[in-house]
Order: sequence, then C-alpha cells, then structure tokens
Amino acid sequence: MQSLGIDVLFKGRNLLRLLGGLWVAVRISLISVALSIVLGLLIGVLMTGKSPVLRGVFRLYLETVRILPQMVLLFIVYFGTTRLFGWNLSAEVSAVFVFTFWGAAEMGDLVRGAILSIPSIQRESAQALGMTPRQVYGYVILPQTVRRLIPLSINLITRMIKTTSLVMMIGMVEVLKVAQQIIEANRRTSPNAAFGLFAVVFLLYFAICWPISRLAGYLEKRWA
Amino acid sequence: MADILLELRHVHKRYGENVVLRDLDLTVRRGEVVVVIGPSGCGKSTLLRCVNALEDIQGGEVLLDGQPVRQEAKNISQMRQKIGMVFQSYDLFPHKTILENVLLAPLKVQKRQRPEAEAEALALLERVGLADRRDDYPRQLSGGQKQRVAIVRALMTHPEILLLDEITAALDPEMVHEVLEVVLDLAKNGSTMLIVTHEMAFARAIAHRVVFLENGEIVEESRDPKAFFTRPATERAQRFLRTFEY
Ligand SMILES: Nc1ncnc2c1ncn2[C@@H]1O[C@H](COP(=O)(O)OP(=O)(O)O)[C@@H](O)[C@H]1O
Ligand SMILES: [Mg+2]
Repeated sequence: MQSLGIDVLFKGRNLLRLLGGLWVAVRISLISVALSIVLGLLIGVLMTGKSPVLRGVFRLYLETVRILPQMVLLFIVYFGTTRLFGWNLSAEVSAVFVFTFWGAAEMGDLVRGAILSIPSIQRESAQALGMTPRQVYGYVILPQTVRRLIPLSINLITRMIKTTSLVMMIGMVEVLKVAQQIIEANRRTSPNAAFGLFAVVFLLYFAICWPISRLAGYLEKRWA
Repeated sequence: MADILLELRHVHKRYGENVVLRDLDLTVRRGEVVVVIGPSGCGKSTLLRCVNALEDIQGGEVLLDGQPVRQEAKNISQMRQKIGMVFQSYDLFPHKTILENVLLAPLKVQKRQRPEAEAEALALLERVGLADRRDDYPRQLSGGQKQRVAIVRALMTHPEILLLDEITAALDPEMVHEVLEVVLDLAKNGSTMLIVTHEMAFARAIAHRVVFLENGEIVEESRDPKAFFTRPATERAQRFLRTFEY
C-alpha cells in the first residue's frame, strides 16, 4: 500500500474530501443534464419545424458550441462576462450555464435526428386514423423518439460528467482538483501518491459512468 | 343519386410545377368496390391520399356523405375516422403490441369503453386469424400478418369506406393470398372500398368498377371488369395491360 500511495487516502479527512469533490462534479452534471434534456427537447422539436430562420439560428448555435472548446466557454462566461457586465457569477453557476449551453445544443441535435428518423408513414397512418396533431405527437412520434433518444443521450451524459473536470480551471474544487491537492500536500511523505490517487479518481469516474452506459445498452436492446 | 358515398369533383393536385391529378372526377357509391389501376407514378397513391386529405389539393373538392373533407377543417379528425386507410409499407406502430395498435384509435380518438372496443378488436383479429398474436409486437409478425393487422386497425373506427394502397406490393408472393382473402371477405360483406392494386386477377375478381388512371387523368372507366380486362376500350389501357403478360 505504501508504495502505491493509497495510504494517503486514509489520512485525516482525505477520502471524505475526495468524495466531496466527486459530488461537486456529479451535482454540476446532474443539473446541467436535466436542464439540457428539457431545453434539448424543445430545441429539437423546433428544429424539425417549418421556420427556416429558426432552423438557421439553431444550426449556427450548434456549430458554435461544437467549434469552441468547453474550456474557452468557461473562461468567457466566468472571467469574461463578469468583467464585461460587472455581474457576480459563482463558478458553479458559470459551470452549469456553460454545460447546459453545450448540452442543450447537442441534445437538441439528437432530438432533431431522432424525430426525423421516424418514417413519415408513422405520422400519416396516425393521421389517417383520425388523430389530432397533438395525439400524433403524444401517442406515436414522441414515444418512438424517446426510445431512440435514451441510448444517445446517455452517451452525452457520461461525456458531460467526464468534462466537468474542467471546472477546476475556474477555481472549483471538484474530484480531480481534490486529488491534486492531496498529492501536493503529501509530496514529501508519499511521493507515489499521484499514481494511487489518480487511480482512485479513475475508479470513481468509472463507478459513475459504467452503470449509466450499461443502462443505455440495456435499453437499446430492449427497445430495438 | 342518393347512395353516393364518396365524390371527387374537379380535384387538382400538383407538387410545385408537377401536376399529378388533373381536374379529376370520381364517385364511389355505398357498397361499391372501385379498383384503380395504372402505371407507376401516374398518381394512384396521391389520389387516395387526397381522399382523406393527407395531401392538400390545389383545386376541386372531396365530399364524403356530401360533407367536404378538408385538411384545414375543424372536423378533419371526425372525417378521417370515416375513411379507413391501409398503406403499402408496414405502418403499424412498432412500440405497441398488436392489440394496442388496433385499440389506439377507438380508445384515444373515439373515447370508446375498453371492454367493448377490446371485444370487437379480438373478434376482428380472430376473423383474420391473428387473435393469438394480440400481445406480440409488429416486428414479430410476417409481412402478410402485419397487413392483416393494419386492415383490422383501419376497421376499428368503423369507416364508411376503406382505401387500400397496393397493400400486397411489398409482400413475398406466398403472403399475398392471405391478405387478399381478407379483402375479398370484406367485399362479400358489403364494404365500400377504393383499391389501388397491381394484382390484376384480384382486381378482376373483386371490382364492381375499374378505373384506369394515366398521367393524373382517368383514361378509361368500366362497370364490367371482365370485359375491361379481356378487351379494354382504349389503346392506352390495352398497352398497360399488355405489360402484365409475360
Ligand atoms: N411528396 C411528393 N413530392 C413531390 N412529388 C411527389 C410526391 N409524392 C408523389 N410525387 C409525384 O407525384 C406523382 C404521382 O405519384 P404517386 O401518386 O405516388 O404515383 P403512383 O402511386 O401511381 O405510383 C409522381 O410523379 C411522383 O413523383
Ligand atoms: Mg403508389
């Protein structure tokens, strides 16, 4: 144990601090994911709509989000806008804002793709049975969209959880940052702590993302 | 005539510059089986889709029981319930079981009571030989079975007329028969139907009237299918029927 540096983990409140850091990462992801799903559904439905202006605007939004690295977005929001507009954004609010801005665009695109992938014959045969547009959406289009969406959006969720490690760049103390601090503090006594701690961080990410991926696989099979 | 059920008057349909139906008149009387034939791309599917306003029309009108069928009208949902339609490709809802597929419209659109609707659904499924598949999903059924379910689903709203658009065209040959059998049975029981098909023997057997469509126009119409299929009056119909001889 000494050689791997894992013993450091059990010194003082180190393990608790690490789990606390993990909770920060998970909390930001959860809030961002929840907001992204709601906004993404709305954006996706609008993107399949008739207005070319609206479609153009969302296209531009999506491309912007994809081109800009999330870190740049974080810096712009946390350092840039606070100076520019003189408001006081906490690091966490900035992070949630950036991840939602990113997630809603990606989710919107997934929703759009899922809706478009449903053959038009489905809508038409529902209409032919006398369903109103709302019934067509509620009973035929959306249930099939959600089924196609779940595996895709879970992939996005795990990507978001992993990307939350960026928030340490704007001073938030999440799991990776805690690990760094612990390693730093114990540099003299346990020089190997880096390996052990990062391995533990890896396992923590895995423990969170793996069940989510498995769930996606399960649902994919079940609803194929 | 009092027993006219469906009437198309001067129906004009185009996609952009492409005129698909030109000033088309067609009537279907109650209890009548009208078969529409014609070369691929002549507008047969479009014709059926205009009847229940899945397509908007640029001129003319469609009347069912003397009432207009219009895409933008408030009563379009009610009108469509009176017009059953079965498509060429499988249009069952893949996320619903067979029973749920056929019950969706009666329960959610017509707000009927479940026990009564379910009894009717099971009786109809029994009639097409599929009552034991009620809890299966569409993907577990063969093409012919799916089309039989699609017919039952269309019947569940008690339509006054059935539109069938090449419902056997996508089927393996050995499954065509089981589906056409169901349609023949409906005809025997007096159902009103407007049928598009490429099965000429079937058309000849079931039709009270044959309509030959080409370039969006009715070129020939015959109340004597036997005579029509043996010796059509127009040159164009003759040429079309010859393409079915090998
Ligand atoms: N959604 C559409 N948009 C543009 N053109 C169409 C559309 N649907 C059909 N058409 C055109 O209308 C004509 C008639 O098509 P259709 O009614 O499907 O013919 P049929 O069923 O007799 O084979 C064809 O020329 C086809 O290309
Ligand atoms: Mg067709």
